[in-house]
Amino acid sequence: MAYTKRLDGRKFDEMREIEGKVGVVKNADGSAMFKFGDTVAIAAVYGPKDLYPRFMQNPKKGKLRCYYDMISFSVNERKRPGPDRRSNEIGLVTEKSLTPVLSLENYPNAVVDVFVQIVQANAGTRCAGICAASLALADAGLDMKDLVCAVSAGVVDGKVLIDIDKYEEDVEGMTDIPIAILPRTGEVSLLQLDGKVNREELKEALELVKKVSKKIHNAQKKALQEKFK
Amino acid sequence: MNKEYIVGLLEKNERIDGRKLDSYRKITVENGVSKNAEGSARVKIGDTEVIAGVKMDVGEPYFDSQDKGVLIMGAELSPLSSEDFEPGPPSTQAVELARVVDRGIRESNSIDMKKLCIKKKEKVWMVFIDIYIVNADGNLLDAAALASIAALKNAKFPEYDEKNERVKYGELSKKSLPLDKLPIACTLYKIGNKIVADVSNEEEKIVDARLTVTMTEEGIHGMQKGGDKTLSIKEIDEMVKIAEARTKELRELL
Repeated sequence: MAYTKRLDGRKFDEMREIEGKVGVVKNADGSAMFKFGDTVAIAAVYGPKDLYPRFMQNPKKGKLRCYYDMISFSVNERKRPGPDRRSNEIGLVTEKSLTPVLSLENYPNAVVDVFVQIVQANAGTRCAGICAASLALADAGLDMKDLVCAVSAGVVDGKVLIDIDKYEEDVEGMTDIPIAILPRTGEVSLLQLDGKVNREELKEALELVKKVSKKIHNAQKKALQEKFK
Repeated sequence: MNKEYIVGLLEKNERIDGRKLDSYRKITVENGVSKNAEGSARVKIGDTEVIAGVKMDVGEPYFDSQDKGVLIMGAELSPLSSEDFEPGPPSTQAVELARVVDRGIRESNSIDMKKLCIKKKEKVWMVFIDIYIVNADGNLLDAAALASIAALKNAKFPEYDEKNERVKYGELSKKSLPLDKLPIACTLYKIGNKIVADVSNEEEKIVDARLTVTMTEEGIHGMQKGGDKTLSIKEIDEMVKIAEARTKELRELL
């Protein structure tokens, strides 16, 4: 059966409701929340601060460390608390997706810690985490070249959909492509793929994400402006 | 901010934020903050923010309590919430926090565990309560305990498919948990020779001793002393007296 309609009635290029907010964790040097519908991520930034142990310090440039964690009741079937292989990997790709926008050379011998916590999950958690983390870095006042906008694209039956939810993620034959874009240049800093697509479909997905990333960017800018009102 | 300054103020019965010695910061309790949990709550005490969630599953009872459900409590002092917390497995502080909250609920028989039994020796409901600190600004334990009780009160059993022996997550029944008494934790802290309630982070750093008292309307169900210094019997008595008054007020927030 061909996929012709989305269960929640969204258009194929329509994201769920998005919302950003900065300053959600008072203790942190910078923090933010980002939502795609029912998927809610919060991120906190601590640093730049001295990196220890000392032998890890780099006098040429600072280090970015990202941690991703899902809280146990963020999902339907309780997730065992604590890190696992999946969260380690997502921490790593989050780091890679944010590194290009940071001017880490301005922070010699230092480390910037980013903690992402998924408070409520309905697919697209790593993307929500990256959106929140980039906002939190901006909130912390770090030297940045751009924000980072991430959203997941799905490909099924030759159709490209944006921001797939849990139900869509589990649809037979769905390919999940989390993508992060730097809105100013349109460069891609995160690209993962599970499933099967052809070159045209991938290109279409990337173009579509680039298009909707403007909306994410606007929501992020709005969140930052809101803080300084 | 140095120790002498805080202690100096306390000598005059004053605190850095202008509160009375035995009073709490502003407390808010928000129920049902998570869509995928069977029950959840967010509690803020001043700038301390905690969320607690209840998840349920069906499993085997413990050997020594074959007609009773299972309660499992966990706490994470997430590195997101403070500079002082590191990533990794739960720290001793997190384990203590979870265990003190757990004991308060267990010892007060707050949940009628027998009503969580589906089939003796074989199948019982398991209740998982997980506590996450979102922002740590002192007195985490009282916030965690309050959030846990609020989440339990907020929880509904998920539907259970008897035939396939599966919990139908996402489908909640109208049935609440068999909750009876509501245990409330109140921690009193000794700084110098003064006793204060609900310390902020700055005060907590110079605490000499602390005592957590968990109470229901019927009495004290749990206690835990912490800190490097001792407490006199008189001080303990005074702390319990304050706890009696404070837990009564805290209970009204639920």
